[in-house]
Amino acid sequence: MSAASSKPVSNKGKRVLQVVTALVFLYLFAPIIWIVAFSFNKPTGKYNLQWKGFTLDNWLHPFADADLTSAFVRSLQVAAVSVTLATVMGSMMALALSKYRFRGNSGVDIFLVLPLTTPEIVLGASLLTMFIDFNDAGIPTESFWDRGMFTIIIAHTLFCLSFVALTVKARIRGFDWRLEEAAADLGAGPWRTFSRVTFPLILPGIFAAALLSFALSIDDYIITSFNKGQTNTMPIHIWDSFKVEFRPQVNVLASMILIVSAALLVGSSIVSSRRAK
Amino acid sequence: MAGEDRKPARLVPWALLSPGGLWLALFFLVPVLALVKIALSTPVRFQDPEFSWDFGNFGTALSDYGAQFGRSFLYAGLATVLAFAIGYPLAYCVAAYGGRWKDLLIGLVVIPFFTSFLIRTMAWTSILGERSFVTKIARGVLGDGFTFTGRSWGVVGGLTYNFLPFMILPIYVALEKIDFRLTEAAGDLYATPVAGFWRVIFPLSLPGVFAGSLLVFIPAAGDFINARFLGSPDTTMIGSVVQDQFLVQLDYPSAAALSLILMGIITVAVLVYSKLFGTEGLAA
Repeated sequence: MSAASSKPVSNKGKRVLQVVTALVFLYLFAPIIWIVAFSFNKPTGKYNLQWKGFTLDNWLHPFADADLTSAFVRSLQVAAVSVTLATVMGSMMALALSKYRFRGNSGVDIFLVLPLTTPEIVLGASLLTMFIDFNDAGIPTESFWDRGMFTIIIAHTLFCLSFVALTVKARIRGFDWRLEEAAADLGAGPWRTFSRVTFPLILPGIFAAALLSFALSIDDYIITSFNKGQTNTMPIHIWDSFKVEFRPQVNVLASMILIVSAALLVGSSIVSSRRAK
Repeated sequence: MAGEDRKPARLVPWALLSPGGLWLALFFLVPVLALVKIALSTPVRFQDPEFSWDFGNFGTALSDYGAQFGRSFLYAGLATVLAFAIGYPLAYCVAAYGGRWKDLLIGLVVIPFFTSFLIRTMAWTSILGERSFVTKIARGVLGDGFTFTGRSWGVVGGLTYNFLPFMILPIYVALEKIDFRLTEAAGDLYATPVAGFWRVIFPLSLPGVFAGSLLVFIPAAGDFINARFLGSPDTTMIGSVVQDQFLVQLDYPSAAALSLILMGIITVAVLVYSKLFGTEGLAA
């Protein structure tokens, strides 16, 4: 394709580049291969870290570990609620920032970037501090605000929100807003224009952002560790129980999440590339 | 029509911004202020700290944990450089030679993200552990005492791994916009392919490089999971200190001061960086 490939010198360069790329991909996937492979392991002790032999048992009994399973379910619940909230609010912000020109636009931009440029540990610690303050001020954090499900969802929505807003904004940067005018000229009202023209066109971007923020949420340990109260998400459970055990069911559940999200990712990229044609 | 719409239309962006904006204000700004307040408080034995404009916590934090701060920024810096060194060739290769597989290949970069950070790090402890075959091979070359884990290079390697996609994606986005026929033009003007790359392509991809560097450096500087699983007590980073002070020692004023110093240094770095290079690529 590129003209550079017609020259023998850069042909060699291209070969080297491809080998390097393949090696980096191997580096990226080594732990993933390990996780899937060790989901078929038959560990003799409590730690599934040495290869002992092949078995299908773990996949036949993926929910054998009750604590792990409930943490897994809670992680999914947290991700579902936070991603939904963040996607709705974040996409609204992205729309406002890319469609309208108004005073304070760049200020809002900086405000959005800040949570992403703040280390997770500071986000987690500051939220914890505020929840403790609420408690001291007599706002009943022990019941309603109890550091747990509720506070985890607040925290996850926060970091997903900035992420969704910035990603969707980047995705709709090239959107041709004259399409809306065209719809209006054809007699469509503002709501109809949005739901029939704008929304379907920006939906792939929103979906991709939601999918990636789902990954951020289900993965998070640091922020959650500050705001979890008595609640366990899957990463928290894995960390805490690592002192005594590391069961192959962890690998099975991780592989399941991996397979489903990889399928969604590939599926959505196929759909969007079809649409592009 | 347009004239009638204009007045309410001015309120539309603010209406769209308000739910998210309120969430950010309430759960980002207010908590950071709460953190400032507690960092300026004096610890009182067996009681809540008292607010007193006490800047002493900052000095104590810096003098007690200077080593951990230094280590965090050093490791994060090294991880950023390494991620650039291995991420750039991949991004370039996919952008220049990916053809119709581009989307799929770059999608592959993101897939490891969908397993827990924690499990991936544990995977490395197994792959590079004392009894793994990788360690055996490495020992054959580097001598019997060699270990991957428990050393600073283990931690840097883990950080590089975990944040590598944050480097690759923005660089890829920048490279993908480039018309690679530019190298052809450079060649016609008698530039060698190498010179063509450094003088033409690389400068155009810089926004992606800058964005990627920030996106790797920031989380790496605050991370403690890699140091915990792949390091030793000698490789403790500032994140572990903050977590320990907050959740184990319950010394909120020092912990808050430490967090704010970390945040302060990074915010200054980001502001300088974005003044110099812009934040355009950050969202990609």
